[in-house]
Amino acid sequence: MVEVYTSSVIDASVDRVWAVIRDFNGLPTWHPAVVESRIEGAQPADQIGCVRAFRLADGGFIREKLLALSDYDLSCTYSMLESPMGVENYVATMKLTPITDGGRTFAEWSAEFDCPPAREEELASGIGQGVFQGGFDALKAKLGG
Amino acid sequence: MTMVRVHRSTVIDAPVAAVWEIVRDFNGHDRWHPAVRTSQTERGYLTDQVGCIRNFVLTGGERIREQLLTLSDKERSLRYTIVESDVPLMNYVAEIVLKPITDGARTFWSWSSRFDTPPGQETALGSLVAEAVYEAGFESIRERLKDRWAPSSPPSGSSKTSAAFTRSITSALPAESKALSGQAMGIQRYGGPDELQPIEVHADAPGPGEVRLRHSAIGVNFIDVYCRTGYFKLLQPPGVPGMEAVGVVDEVGSGVTHVKVGQRVAYACPPVGAYASVRTLSAELVVPVPDTLDDQTVAAGLLKGMSAQFLVKTVHKVQAGENVLVYAPAGGVGQLLCQWAAHLGARVIGATSSEEKARIARASGASDVILPGAHSLEDQVMALTEGQGADVIYDAVGRDSFAHSVAALANCGHLVSFGQASGDIGSWDIGSLASKSSTVSRPNFGHYTDTPEKVSTITSDLFRMIETGTLRIAPPRTFPLTAAADAHRALEGRATTGSTILIP
Repeated sequence: MVEVYTSSVIDASVDRVWAVIRDFNGLPTWHPAVVESRIEGAQPADQIGCVRAFRLADGGFIREKLLALSDYDLSCTYSMLESPMGVENYVATMKLTPITDGGRTFAEWSAEFDCPPAREEELASGIGQGVFQGGFDALKAKLGG
Repeated sequence: MTMVRVHRSTVIDAPVAAVWEIVRDFNGHDRWHPAVRTSQTERGYLTDQVGCIRNFVLTGGERIREQLLTLSDKERSLRYTIVESDVPLMNYVAEIVLKPITDGARTFWSWSSRFDTPPGQETALGSLVAEAVYEAGFESIRERLKDRWAPSSPPSGSSKTSAAFTRSITSALPAESKALSGQAMGIQRYGGPDELQPIEVHADAPGPGEVRLRHSAIGVNFIDVYCRTGYFKLLQPPGVPGMEAVGVVDEVGSGVTHVKVGQRVAYACPPVGAYASVRTLSAELVVPVPDTLDDQTVAAGLLKGMSAQFLVKTVHKVQAGENVLVYAPAGGVGQLLCQWAAHLGARVIGATSSEEKARIARASGASDVILPGAHSLEDQVMALTEGQGADVIYDAVGRDSFAHSVAALANCGHLVSFGQASGDIGSWDIGSLASKSSTVSRPNFGHYTDTPEKVSTITSDLFRMIETGTLRIAPPRTFPLTAAADAHRALEGRATTGSTILIP
């Protein structure tokens, strides 16, 4: 099993950051790699078990299922059902924690998955640096800092 | 009663390992927290023993007893509760969590608690905990790590600010500085591995020119076995073996300027005594450890890496294009000699006993490996070098290899005989060395590392080689300090490749 962990500080209050990332159907509004997204079966985007189907800027198609959402812990966990990436048993969590000193946000994004050993490094860096850090950088640009 | 919840968090501009090293010490608040005058653990509890009780006397004179409930080096978190207090905080449970901020090598630090107070005191006590305890603690650690981690600070940390800060830390210590108790593995008499037994030790407050360290990783070397058996008289029983360790400076004596409290340092030299969780020794012997290197790597590679450094840079200056023969190329020093000589552009030939060790030698940069076979070592070396022979030979085998080594040398070649794993070298006729104008050296670690200047030159070269990834220190085999006897058995049984370390 491969584990990826990326974390960052976003210069905006935890409420503002949570309002953006809480929307399970909202990736195209902030993540630069995602161009369109919809929730299957017209379910609400905060209904546990709902599936988002989204398309990447490079044409890739991904389906992910919401496993857990907590307005108390400010965290969101989802699994990947379908993707061109060649990973299995992919489960990821995004979590926010307030930084009381300065009203900023500590953001963590982590994932676990299985893949052929030869691809571990490439996928870990693609996900950790590309998807997660790329997302954080976009949130920073959107929300400040 | 009303339950109060307090949560404070901040970002510290230092890697999470550096912050955790300080925060993890359950008996260390008196060295960094402005609200704590003294801290002492009860009944010989170790500071990382879950259940440990610490007694604080605060700067206002109040006493608080707190107990460690949870400690996790994986999550970098700890939880503790107040068991008795002059301050009316009831059912108090607090948690500290550190997390790495991966885009920038900083640390997110969360400190939170819940507790009950007498009616009407919720706000006052809530602010006290949040501000005087948590926020004041953040600021103290931030200040303390500022010099070390500021990008513009000099690496040795000898700037005016840091010197002043060291003074303010030491002067904040209680007047009657106490001895620090810890655990060690000592011997009562020379003998087998089982002579190594746990004992309690006390590290005195450092005198002038001394430092006191809390060890985090201890190197195990073959010389420790010789000390235990009495082959070398570096240790007179009863005593504690060990010559190599990494740790954090717990306190400095007067006149010590090159290291400060809280800094990570390492040493690899006599006198013996490293198999201990705490130790006071001459400050001249310790060198600062770069922040990019972890404790285990340094404990695994310092003594062996220093040896490799002076063997390829001073005893014989290895040149590009030279044929270099290394015995035991899969061993601790051998792997480093292969890597370093190959990095300098030499063609490295390893001489070992098995395919498995040959693979390790090749991975360390040996382009050819000689195994025992139909042809003698010298014939194989001559065949590989088109009849030239080896320009330099690093031979730690001793008695069994000496004659073969002399025969495998090139004209004007250099035999560096730096060990005797197979037994004493014995006596040899130096007249015959004229047949090839050979040079023979018998270097002794002590003579190449006997001044702070030499140690500093060697270690800065070594650390740079490790930091740049040019020199790879294989992950060491680790044993708990209390299992030092097992570590010695593994080493003597030749069951190890690379390094072995003990964790207090």
